[in-house]
Amino acid sequence: MENALEIRNLDIRYGAVQAVRDVSLTVNAGKVTALLGANGAGKTTTVMAVAGARKIAAGSVSIFGKDMTGAPEDAIVRSGVAISPEGRRVFASLSVEENLTLAGSVLGDSALMAERRSAMMERFPILSERRTQPAGLLSGGEQQMLAVARALMSMPKLLLMDEPSLGLAPQMVDQIFAIVEELRNEGISILLVEQNAALSLEVADHAVVLANGEVAAEGLPEDLKNNSLLHAAYLAA
Amino acid sequence: MELLLQQTVNALSLGGVYAMLALGLAIVFSIVRLINFAHGEIMTFGGYGIFLSLVFGFPPVAALIIGLAAAVVMALAMERTAFRAMRGADVVSLLITSFAVSEILKVLFQNGISARPVPITFPASWSGTYQVGDITFGVVPTVSILVTLAALAGLTFLLRRTVSGMAMRAAAEDIEMLRLLGIRANRVVAVAFALSGLLAGIAAVIWTAQRGSVDPMMGFFPVLKAFIATVLGGLGSLGGAVLGGFAIGIVEVLAQAFLPETLAPYRDAIVLAAVIAALLWRPDGLLPAAKTSRS
Repeated sequence: MENALEIRNLDIRYGAVQAVRDVSLTVNAGKVTALLGANGAGKTTTVMAVAGARKIAAGSVSIFGKDMTGAPEDAIVRSGVAISPEGRRVFASLSVEENLTLAGSVLGDSALMAERRSAMMERFPILSERRTQPAGLLSGGEQQMLAVARALMSMPKLLLMDEPSLGLAPQMVDQIFAIVEELRNEGISILLVEQNAALSLEVADHAVVLANGEVAAEGLPEDLKNNSLLHAAYLAA
Repeated sequence: MELLLQQTVNALSLGGVYAMLALGLAIVFSIVRLINFAHGEIMTFGGYGIFLSLVFGFPPVAALIIGLAAAVVMALAMERTAFRAMRGADVVSLLITSFAVSEILKVLFQNGISARPVPITFPASWSGTYQVGDITFGVVPTVSILVTLAALAGLTFLLRRTVSGMAMRAAAEDIEMLRLLGIRANRVVAVAFALSGLLAGIAAVIWTAQRGSVDPMMGFFPVLKAFIATVLGGLGSLGGAVLGGFAIGIVEVLAQAFLPETLAPYRDAIVLAAVIAALLWRPDGLLPAAKTSRS
């Protein structure tokens, strides 16, 4: 089966600053790849480039075997990608239900959208309880649930999750990682960006470590876990 | 009492025009951070649309519809030709761009049509009056209040209940996130401009129906008031724009009607002094826009 995501020799610049240099990574279909590294290592930039929201200076991005380098966001979404971004970015003044409806509008079928929205409410009961509340009033953990549910509305095959556990209470963090495993078991491929290396390496099938915009290490989670040098250098969180 | 009731109708009718213009400005500002100084020319263009269709012999009702359509087309054309290329530029660059668009259009109106007012004559029956008890009211001001209320209700429905409306509210918060969901931001921005154009078109219809003429500066002065209304209401806040528009219209008409004659030349100064006082009291406006967590 072709890979869900293949990034080859990616370069991204912000003016004179090179934020990402020669990064290559793969997400195998139906697997979880963890993208780890310290703050400012280039993780979010990489993910946003995959989503179509950053200008790619060099390199290529292919999604399920199709070259999507430089494609706009809506084309990326139509190719089966969705993102739960860093900072959650739920629409604070829209209700929980409206956040989901809006995300589901890209399906172009209101019956399918409604069905999908019910499925999300069932999957995340807290969202059902709060369906008419403005998303801005939800707790951090609830907003993260909403951000994931919103991403799932478009029925993605590849989910980009950027720092889903950041700033959450420990039991909420466990819940988020449990969701990651559930989604993978349902066949969704996941690129998981995290600062929480220990938990990410528990759920990931493959891991890539970025440092200063470059790939510093990659391999099986077990191997990275036991690499004490890397641990000290990049993963201390 | 009679004077007060009649002036109330006038005040609400003028306030409604300001409110619709202010709302158009606020819708666009909330999404693309553009303070559109050329908004007045959208209204003027709507007025010329009515004028030209009457000249070409269209029936009055058709002329009004053509006027509305002209305003919408002008708003969309501005967005496509001038503002889309400037997307994401800072507020000052956008403002200067809109000044340029405004000046270019004014010169085109002056040289292409006429620098002087051109008459718009609607059927005499439209400018009639009606009686409630002993009190006489004008038909046009009354109809314009109803039209304003219908437009505001329609817009509220659109923003609250339709996916396009949700997308516009979401775009005002975080347009990049909207794009990340796969929604075409350009389309959402175009809808916002079309709506602002439609509201300016309705304002043009009411304005020309009351004044009976169009000139190149027709839209300029009411939109100036509408700017003040958006600041008074809270820049970027839609409810604030409506409130500010009505407040300014009402204060203006009351000042006109009840100020002693010696103070009449200072009417605008008095209205603006009231605005300054209100802003000293509430610096973010009467109904400030919600602050979103992301900048």
